[in-house]
Amino acid sequence: MMKQKPVADGLFTWPPTTQPRLIGTECTACGLVSFPTESHCVRCGSPEAKERLLADSGTLWTFTTQGFRPPSPPYDGSDTAATFEPYSVGYIELPGEVLVEARLTEPDPEKLSIGQRMRLTLVPYTVDVDGTEVLTFAFTPADEPNEPNEPNEPGESDQPDEPEEQS
Amino acid sequence: MTEAVIIGTGLHPFGRFPGKPAMDMGADAVRMALADAGVNWPQIQAGYVGSFEVANPDAIVGRLGLTGVPLRGVFNGCATAGTAVAMAARAIETGEHDLTIAIGMDKHPRGAFAADPSVAGIPSWYGQTGLFLTTHFFGMKINRYMHEHGISHETLARVAAKNFGNAAGNEKAWRRTPLTVGEILASPVLNYPLRQFMYCGPDEGAAAVVMCRADQAHKYTTSTPIRVRATALRSRRFGAFEVQSPSVPVGEPVPSPTVDASRAAYEQAGIGPEDVDIAQLQDTDAGSEIIHMAENGLCKDGEQERLIAEGATEIGGRLPVNTDGGLLGNGEPIGASGLRQIHEIVLQLRGTAGTRQVPGTPRVGYTHLYGAPGVSAVTILST
Repeated sequence: MMKQKPVADGLFTWPPTTQPRLIGTECTACGLVSFPTESHCVRCGSPEAKERLLADSGTLWTFTTQGFRPPSPPYDGSDTAATFEPYSVGYIELPGEVLVEARLTEPDPEKLSIGQRMRLTLVPYTVDVDGTEVLTFAFTPADEPNEPNEPNEPGESDQPDEPEEQS
Repeated sequence: MTEAVIIGTGLHPFGRFPGKPAMDMGADAVRMALADAGVNWPQIQAGYVGSFEVANPDAIVGRLGLTGVPLRGVFNGCATAGTAVAMAARAIETGEHDLTIAIGMDKHPRGAFAADPSVAGIPSWYGQTGLFLTTHFFGMKINRYMHEHGISHETLARVAAKNFGNAAGNEKAWRRTPLTVGEILASPVLNYPLRQFMYCGPDEGAAAVVMCRADQAHKYTTSTPIRVRATALRSRRFGAFEVQSPSVPVGEPVPSPTVDASRAAYEQAGIGPEDVDIAQLQDTDAGSEIIHMAENGLCKDGEQERLIAEGATEIGGRLPVNTDGGLLGNGEPIGASGLRQIHEIVLQLRGTAGTRQVPGTPRVGYTHLYGAPGVSAVTILST
């Protein structure tokens, strides 16, 4: 198996498990949840925060697609303009915590809809010079047939889904 | 307070000018503005110069005359020119100076803006993994807005078609080929739902505006002095959905800084949105123009679908928007963009906008800028 590493330490739980989690912070003064980890609270300014593992699923708040290879640097995908595969990005609302911007595994906007349930996963997006595969976090439609992750724990789907977007 | 009036504007064409430095475009714009105002450079008492690419924009004095004038470089993202104009006006309003100038100039390479995320206080992985693109924000903001307020893809295309059509009648615009709604809807999707011909591009250009005390305007020019009724700038508040945000707090969204700047400007001016005759709104993309109509109080959320179908925002409509082609038609040299907007409003309020002159007698003009990392600038001008 190819060696793997995360794009950054402290961004999500590592080594990989069947259900990864994003790592955020919770302000010990006002309770604000931040992602990625923050040394100062952007709401109350407190420098005191504790680490918090964020919910592994949520709903799609909005999304867009990326139809051209992003300027590089800073993008460091191992694709080229010719081999570039369009991807999607969106904000996923983790109920009661925070809205997180992430890559989405579904590149087709017609198969995405606001309010859709999404689950965290890890995806390889580039290969390092020494051949190590680099992973980043992404969200995948939770009802995808070949969903690699385990189903949600019961009781987590407390948020009713919004109506499906007209495409 | 003393009132500031605009007595001269100068606009270097926007587009691509191989071999011509931004500083030279800026100096040309200054000379045009001075000539329009009937002012000589040594008479200028203070200046505010904005640029993204020129490291020391105040070095422009080397091309204009070393008079010792206090010249201050300003930068505030896409709101840079709005900031320069506000400072030039404030210097007069507070009585510090009687005659000031605001200058903006830039020369950007082709393609989307690229930068190291660390300059925006954002971790490296955000850029490495392909998330650090301002265009994502615009795609995602209008996608959510369309979902909530029933705006169609065709309306996005109509906005772009209007702005390219207006630019076709503007000899200083960059994109002067009109495009049909069908052609726009057939162009490739860059960031869903936004297509290639719904985006503006970074380019090159410069603009300048000369201001003086209202009671001294007659000393310089016979043109109608244009009153600076308000200049307002606001940055983002906690909870607002802004460009380049790896995350956003949960809960009720807070209004964008545009809403805050707009309200402050109306209050300063003692003028309401219903009094605005013509507007220049930040149209980084067609969706932004639609959203900014509501964020600037010019319509309610969702009304755009009908207003645009009726042609209300076209020249000749009830509220013409981006009559010179906007950013879509002119491109965006960041430092100059807001001064281009003001140049157009000045021509329209003077009644000298030629083939794109808004009919009737527009009396109140409005300009708006929005940029990273969440800053908006609004000016309200009147005859």
